Amino acid sequence: MNQPTDNATSISLVLAGSGGSGVITAGNMLLAAAAKAGWYGLMTRSAGPQIRGGEAAALLRLSSEPVSAQPDRYDLIIALDWMNFERFADEIPLDENTVIIGDASAAKKTPAFVTEGPARRGDIDFKNLSKAIPGGRPNMIALGTVGALIGLPEDALDAALSDALAKRGEDAITASRAGAQAGRSVAADMPATPKLPTPEGEKAGRWLISGNEAAGLGAIRGGVRFVAAYPITPATEILEWMSPALTKVGGVLVQAEDELASINMAIGGSYGGVPALTATSGPGLALMTEAIGLAVASEVPVVIVDVMRGGPSTGIPTKSEQSDLNMALYALPGDAPHIVVAPNSIRDCVFTTQWSVHLAEAMQTPAIVLSDQALGQAKSVIAAPADIAFIAQRETASTPAQGENYQRYAVTASGVSPMALPGTPGCAYTADGLEHNPRGTPSGGAKDHHIQLDKRQRKTDDFDYGQHWADQAGEGDTVVLTWGSCTGPVLEALENLAGTDDAARMISMRLLMPAPKDQLTKALEGAKRVIVVEQTHSGQFMGYLRANIDLPRDAEHYCIPGPLPMRPGDIVSLVKEGTPS
Amino acid sequence: MTAETAITPKHTPRDYKSDIKPVWCPGCGDYSVLGSITKAFSELNLDPENVAVISGIGCSSRIPAYTDCYGFHGVHGRSLPLAAGLKVARPDMTVLVASGDGDGFSIGGNHFMHACRRNVDLTYVVMDNRVYGMTKGQASPTTEPDWDNALTPGGSGISPFRPLVIALAAGANFIARGFSGDQNGTAKLLKEAIEHPGFSFVQILSPCVTFRPDQKEWKDDVHDATVDPTDDLGRAARRLMTDDGFNVGVLYRGEREAFQPPIGNASATVADLEGKFAL
Ligand SMILES: Cc1ncc(C[n+]2csc(CCOP(=O)(O)OP(=O)(O)O)c2C)c(N)n1
Ligand code: SF4
Ligand SMILES: [Mg+2]
Repeated sequence: MNQPTDNATSISLVLAGSGGSGVITAGNMLLAAAAKAGWYGLMTRSAGPQIRGGEAAALLRLSSEPVSAQPDRYDLIIALDWMNFERFADEIPLDENTVIIGDASAAKKTPAFVTEGPARRGDIDFKNLSKAIPGGRPNMIALGTVGALIGLPEDALDAALSDALAKRGEDAITASRAGAQAGRSVAADMPATPKLPTPEGEKAGRWLISGNEAAGLGAIRGGVRFVAAYPITPATEILEWMSPALTKVGGVLVQAEDELASINMAIGGSYGGVPALTATSGPGLALMTEAIGLAVASEVPVVIVDVMRGGPSTGIPTKSEQSDLNMALYALPGDAPHIVVAPNSIRDCVFTTQWSVHLAEAMQTPAIVLSDQALGQAKSVIAAPADIAFIAQRETASTPAQGENYQRYAVTASGVSPMALPGTPGCAYTADGLEHNPRGTPSGGAKDHHIQLDKRQRKTDDFDYGQHWADQAGEGDTVVLTWGSCTGPVLEALENLAGTDDAARMISMRLLMPAPKDQLTKALEGAKRVIVVEQTHSGQFMGYLRANIDLPRDAEHYCIPGPLPMRPGDIVSLVKEGTPS
Repeated sequence: MTAETAITPKHTPRDYKSDIKPVWCPGCGDYSVLGSITKAFSELNLDPENVAVISGIGCSSRIPAYTDCYGFHGVHGRSLPLAAGLKVARPDMTVLVASGDGDGFSIGGNHFMHACRRNVDLTYVVMDNRVYGMTKGQASPTTEPDWDNALTPGGSGISPFRPLVIALAAGANFIARGFSGDQNGTAKLLKEAIEHPGFSFVQILSPCVTFRPDQKEWKDDVHDATVDPTDDLGRAARRLMTDDGFNVGVLYRGEREAFQPPIGNASATVADLEGKFAL
């Protein structure tokens, strides 16, 4: 049944099944095998609302080039069963070239959007094939079939299986390899999918990592050694990765009773001199806002990573959206200068989180990192991020000379005042959320208030953020202005348009607060057309831009709420035709 | 006595007092509590820079700035997590937490239970005046149900919270009650509380002369606990459940080990962590 197909530059596939069918495990193995073989790849997960046992899907895109976005369409879907498969319908665009492989014994349960859709179909008897192997499982059959269809070298898959199952022992490895072999043997009967070119095998200097792990690593690189945690989807993996990692590097993670406690614990740890972080999602950030204001007023550095999910309220915990932007920027009581930064890729989660620690420590103020589910819970093969020399550097105070008094909130040119760490003789002071004078004594006087407001504002306004305020790419009179996880699809779209009449450039903002007004205004010079792209319903990013810079009146705006990902194809048509496809 | 200790001057309570004038009303019980705290520190001869006083918001929570130790005057109700973060990150510091009945039992009630349970080595001093003093006289969780006030005229109608019983049930490792009218006695309790490992809870009856002038009577109501402190949970529970709220002294002394995860002992480098992601 197979016919030779052209080599593709990237191939996209879905492994779907009910909970317990092991599709996520199989997806992870496939990504690891592809990485071993020398391909790049991106895997996102989609799951139903059930805690355990619901439907799940591993969405993979593999390529010989780095992958920055989910695809416009899928080449291959393997469903181990059809339970609730229709729930994924919106997330898995099919077309007449898509190959759908289902379980032969459950053919009758195939959902209508598949049977009536344009895709090509094949059936595999997953159940009986796996039964024939002692310890065999349908997900391993599927893995073997996929590998054969897309041209994944067998030894890479075998090696990935051995790695993943090392703890389960030799029998599990043998059973899985036999399953994969059985899957390979039936692949020839399936409709053909594109194959990826045989990988070069050159993979030194690459990592396989999720955005949440990358954020945790960036924090540790930056010097964070104290974390207080309260679990919340989709941020928990940051905390779970950091917990043992911190222990190894001499740090500590404490589980708190709620987010009110976790942020206050982090502030307490940092006040003690240990760079500190907490990670959460929208509902947790909402609880933390009062204490983040305290960190601004008392000038204690702290990093808060918000892995955004669909809102408002409990919203859609397992899916992505950029709709906490307003909260991160504006939710603190009073005039409270703080830092808001956003990573724009899985790889950049390392850099931006590390940078946030540097910024918080240098300016002695809280920094909020706005990641999201699309970055945090996705796993990718990336070029190893360069080690940047951003290590937490806090200006500290030492015992003053005889006759001199330490002033914790001394007014300085930069606004940053040397901070005495507890234990330093002669510098005892009280950190305070009450307005205070330079010494720290509470004061409600107009003069003290104005001086301290100015000083705190100066810290973040006058800081040199260098080139890092944004990533820019491409060329052209048209500028696509975006941030966060929308950046990947925009980049891919612009690569597709490069060299055509519609070539455009991108500005992806990493620094959101303080708003880099001058840098952005300058970067927009010469733009004939500006298209703002974001993933919210109300256009929060657009509102932010309008409030901060003189954006052209006719700037175009593409904003869609979650949970569907931005797709490169939509951005291409947006640039070409002014509307998404 | 070695030569070294001979030349170390002994600290006096003054060493722990700042020159900032308290905002408290004349006669407020909290003045005396401040005195007990500085006395306890001096008797333990702690170097002021190695002591931190952490608080939330309320009249009572103003204490940190009135000491010459490291301090943190945080937000309302969150002093305990703030202090726990400091102590876990800096086990070398002696950390005392100052709070009020509103700050500690109402808005901060959840942290109170979990701090008892977590058992970080902190001394938690709650100045209980059965009223929200700072916001000018509303009922708190320890206020009598029929106490008339502007927010709940005729009284809240809710029976009071029993903080010592809750502390015991939640796992506090040391439980005592003091009275601000007895500065030396309270200093002694605090000294013991600071020395006791784990989470030590000291309720100090500290009258609000402005909004609860009736509490001037407390000096006649308090009495010393007639029995020795126990480490027996059952006996302690019975004693705390049946006491009249004016029993003063150490009431429970537990033997749980303090919560202090190791910090500062690295067994790997950041590069080792990164190696796990490399292909
Ligand atoms: C989030 C928040 N809510 C309300 C307040 C107002 N407030 C300040 S102090 C206080 C009550 C303090 O009572 P207590 O802890 O008993 O202290 P006291 O003044 O009696 O010593 C309240 C409600 C606040 N500062 N912050
Ligand atoms: S209002 Fe009450 S608690 Fe507050 S200072 Fe005055 S007397 Fe003390
Ligand atoms: Mg009170």
